[in-house]
Amino acid sequence: MKILVAVKRVIDYNVKVRVKSDQSDVDLANVKMALNPFCEIAVEQAVRLKEAGQADEIVVVSVGSKSCEEQLRTALALGADRAIRIDTEDGPDSLSVARLLAEVARTEQPGLVLLGKQAIDSDNNQTGQMLAALLDWPQGTFACAMTVTDEGVEVTREVDGGMQTVALTQPAIVTTDLRLNEPRYASLPNIMKAKRKPLAVIEPAALGVTVASHIRLLSVEPPAGREAGIKVGSVDELVDKLKNDAKVI
Amino acid sequence: MRILVIAEHDNQTLKPATLSTLAAAAELGSNITLLVAGHQCQAVADQAAQVSVVTKVLLADNRACANQLAENVAKLVLGLAEGYSHILAPSTTTGKNLLPRVAALLGVNQLSDISAVVSADTFKRPIYAGNAIATVQSSDPVKVITVRGTAFDAVAATGGSATIETVSADCDVKQSCFVGEELASSDRPELTAARVVVSGGRGMGNGENFELLYNVADKLGAAVGASRAAVDAGFVPNDMQVGQTGKMVAPELYIAVGISGAIQHLAGMKDSKIIVAINKDEEAPIFQVADYGLVADLFEVIPELEQKL
Repeated sequence: MKILVAVKRVIDYNVKVRVKSDQSDVDLANVKMALNPFCEIAVEQAVRLKEAGQADEIVVVSVGSKSCEEQLRTALALGADRAIRIDTEDGPDSLSVARLLAEVARTEQPGLVLLGKQAIDSDNNQTGQMLAALLDWPQGTFACAMTVTDEGVEVTREVDGGMQTVALTQPAIVTTDLRLNEPRYASLPNIMKAKRKPLAVIEPAALGVTVASHIRLLSVEPPAGREAGIKVGSVDELVDKLKNDAKVI
Repeated sequence: MRILVIAEHDNQTLKPATLSTLAAAAELGSNITLLVAGHQCQAVADQAAQVSVVTKVLLADNRACANQLAENVAKLVLGLAEGYSHILAPSTTTGKNLLPRVAALLGVNQLSDISAVVSADTFKRPIYAGNAIATVQSSDPVKVITVRGTAFDAVAATGGSATIETVSADCDVKQSCFVGEELASSDRPELTAARVVVSGGRGMGNGENFELLYNVADKLGAAVGASRAAVDAGFVPNDMQVGQTGKMVAPELYIAVGISGAIQHLAGMKDSKIIVAINKDEEAPIFQVADYGLVADLFEVIPELEQKL
């Protein structure tokens, strides 16, 4: 079985985000970028399936400008076999990304597509579900466990009340949650090897997709600030404040 | 302007998240249809018809919808979508699973997790774990939207008298089936709906020590939550996680115990009205957002707090 993994280049999760002074967007100039953490988990899961003999090839794909090749190389260093970059400006809308990925999936015909459940920049949590819809494939979102079976794939999902397990026919889409696995670190030899692995660049036009953005970003503002309050010295003082000042108990 | 809202329920009761989503819908217009898709869920439709702002209830009762499988319910919604200008669902795991699939089938984008309605096509939504608020405008013909429950005050659950219309729900696409679920059962209020939330972090040390928090919670009628660190360490199950990738809460009182306050955790609770932080590390970032901070060993002060409440 072939596995397709879609990944995104995002701001490193440790970086404190700042809004530009003209409030046009967040400031990404000279900010450390990284593979989206959820995408890293998706790559790791694909590598584990290959190591377990349940997959024979891992293709990793990203949509964006040349800079996201850095993240594709990271995925290759983690164990993906080859990479595809779909060349667009940064920031196409989720539906366009899903349409591009759907065309890649139609060409590559994987048994499974793995994606992170959301990117930590836009926090949209959409692309996997949209891709599933466009391909008319089943979806196992927010996966914390998965088993590839003869009939398909069984996915345990993190849901609000606890956990839910669904059985999907193949091919299927799985989006990964944090507790699916703990990604490995790429070893130096693997990082060197990754530089020689194939990386193809495809134009959206070659896939017959017009990249659009039907969602216009009008402005970005910092969230309403929250002032640090006071330190209390004892439990008695705390209970008193909550009862008499805040009046919440 | 006709608005379709997808109800969150468990085939027996309508979930509070639906009422917050309806509040967002009511800011958009007054012609609001509430879809109850499920199995043997007449009781939910009856509750839905009582909700103040609802004009009409659509009841789709079919085994294929029993467990809210996205493949099936999306097909159902697609069949009903014509004529609606807006389609909304709560930003719960059920809504987040379903609605992008609906959007793609309709050939439009989705606006995720909105926190304010600016106009019929413009909305505010948190990005970067709530460290920035984006104002976005959609030019799609249909606006497909998930709604952050804590950002809207629930509409009244009673006082309405909507008509209930049964719709055909033959939507089993046979791509997925429900195998089972493990749902936490608790006598305490639901995290996202509780007036008071007591949360524990890595500082709790182990799962047994959460008993201390349960005791305090029971005195306050509170729900108990946890930071990602506590969940990852295996102290408590994942459904208790508050934060960017867990649940969003905004109670009147949030008590953070042994939680350092990573931005991913703050993203899930900083809209709470009053925040109390109890941590022995006075440098912990949680104190920067807390109204009342107590620098102390939680194992000493939590039993004392329980006693004095």
